Amino acid sequence: MAITGPNPASEGTSYVGLPPELLHEAAELPPGIGPWALAWRRLRRNRIALAFGGLFLVIVVLCLLAPVYSQDVAHVGPNTENITGQITVGGKTEYVVSLTDIPIGPTWNIHHYFLGADELGRDVAVRLLYGGRTSLEVGTVATLITMILGVMLAVMAGYYRGWLDQVLNRIMDLIWSYPVVLLGITLGTIIAVRGLGPFKSTTPLSTALVVGFVYIPYVFRPVRGQVFGLREREFVDAARQQGLSTWRIMWSEILPNLSSTIVVFIPLILANAILLEAGLTFLGAGINPPNASWGTMITSGIDEIPAAFHNVLVPGIMLVLTVMSVNIFGDGLRDALDPRARVRIAISSTSQGEH
Amino acid sequence: MARFLVRRLLTMIALLIAISLITFLLFIVVLPGGNPAALIAGRLATPAEVHLISVRYGFDKPIYIQYVRTMENIFTGKAYSYQQGFNVLQQLKAGFPCTASLAIGAGIIWLLTSIAFGTLAAIKAGRYADRILTVLSMIGVSMPPFFLGAMIIYFLGYQAGIVPIGSYVPLTQNPTQWLYHLLAPWFTLSVLFVGFYSRVLRSTILETMNEDYVRTARAKGLSGRRVLIHHVLRNSLLPIISLWGLDFAQVIGGGAILTETIYNLHGIGYLAFQSVSHLDTVTLLSIVMLTAFFVVFLGACVDVIYALFDPRIQLA
Repeated sequence: MAITGPNPASEGTSYVGLPPELLHEAAELPPGIGPWALAWRRLRRNRIALAFGGLFLVIVVLCLLAPVYSQDVAHVGPNTENITGQITVGGKTEYVVSLTDIPIGPTWNIHHYFLGADELGRDVAVRLLYGGRTSLEVGTVATLITMILGVMLAVMAGYYRGWLDQVLNRIMDLIWSYPVVLLGITLGTIIAVRGLGPFKSTTPLSTALVVGFVYIPYVFRPVRGQVFGLREREFVDAARQQGLSTWRIMWSEILPNLSSTIVVFIPLILANAILLEAGLTFLGAGINPPNASWGTMITSGIDEIPAAFHNVLVPGIMLVLTVMSVNIFGDGLRDALDPRARVRIAISSTSQGEH
Repeated sequence: MARFLVRRLLTMIALLIAISLITFLLFIVVLPGGNPAALIAGRLATPAEVHLISVRYGFDKPIYIQYVRTMENIFTGKAYSYQQGFNVLQQLKAGFPCTASLAIGAGIIWLLTSIAFGTLAAIKAGRYADRILTVLSMIGVSMPPFFLGAMIIYFLGYQAGIVPIGSYVPLTQNPTQWLYHLLAPWFTLSVLFVGFYSRVLRSTILETMNEDYVRTARAKGLSGRRVLIHHVLRNSLLPIISLWGLDFAQVIGGGAILTETIYNLHGIGYLAFQSVSHLDTVTLLSIVMLTAFFVVFLGACVDVIYALFDPRIQLA
């Protein structure tokens, strides 16, 4: 039987060798509690991580509600331009884009240009939500690509070893030795200029593919190392003796034991993927205008500096908040799933009288 | 030691060949239809002229001969970029001082700052100083350099007038202006690394503090400071140094594309970005190989430093 759960290093429910902190924790638990429930208990106590996890959810929901805000509150679409229009702010009539081409700043009126307008008179708040959808979609798809390909290749390399492992490892070394941004813009530009396979020009999906591809070695290497260790364990031996097929062993014996590593990697890759999408877009190799994404919004705002800085600030702050909430939640998740890391921090802080 | 050097040299040559081959194929094979001869000849050229040019530059030869020729040109300094119209080696030489200034200054700043922050967070673990540093490092790793750069340029440059708006000033031309113009890029580039490194250092220090030899050192009656510097830091710094080696190699090889672009620093990274936009294979090949060279070279340096710090490690 496979030993599933967050910590493959610990043998079942044996608590021998754990520091007093965890022994204490283990003694409080009802018998038969699984490793995932244990991790959830630890995570639940980490208020900061939970708060930022919640913030991320709020951002996701807000971005999903973009069409509702656009149609029912602001009554403009993300690409509705309004260069010559006028609105009433605080009793005064003002141009959306002034005669000197400077767009209006935040009006703090939920119905009209809540967060101001951009250089074409488009509503920044509406674009922010639609842009967030694009950025989050690209990040999510990229993370899926990285995780699925990275883990699949790593399991095959680590399980079969031999020439397959050698070849895959060399390829990963090659991708690794390219600077991430350089590889990203190279692939992005190739797609933009000539098209690659089904992609005739840049689409959000092609950007997600590029971003997802670039991060594969970062997942491949640690997972491969773990598979090396797992394939020598008794339960894999036992499965082999029972005559299970190689695929079956990889799928139902090895993969479940990688679950905690995979779960820890997901927020890490997601945060980096969202950042890389914005970076590639800034360099013109990511999402193309007029499509809104946080990257395109920041970029068009940077072109306007020093006028209308809210065009940089609004999407920028949103981007940093999102990435930060993913990072902090991911950090808490790692502490919850990897008790050794948790113990390290707990011991050092208890010894100094905190907590 | 001699064996170590020979092995590293062979690894480097293999990596340079592989990486140049991949880049070359990516542009020549994956990008069909781009006839460089037509590009050079211009829009009004007759087919005969295009043919003449493609014979003269060797575009009619098989791919492997084109590859060998290109590599030969790069290493003899004769490589010429027809897309951008310059000699690649001269352009690299022109951009290198700027990138080196950025990389060396930022490298020193981010190494020292992260050691200070990481150590402080570890010895104050769980207290307010640790929490503040944790929040700062989380903001740091979540901050895209071009957004941070844009904020600095706007608030400190246009609004406060403290930070200069403009590009690089060579060190030989005016050392004060050189420093003045590089402070903001150094800071921007460092923030990302400090956030990440100080977290890594914090957890390795906490891990090392639980080791038996640290307890022994305490039990012997050594002062906390001595234990920290001679026993804990000596071992905890190793992963930081190897991270630093790799990151520094990428930055000095032109990896700081976002920072160089937002601050308008015309270094190797900016050149790489321009070359990609022009689909300029030769220049990109040269830059990628330059980066790979630095990665392997600094990797070897890191191994030597490891051996100096930890006598158990043998170079072989």
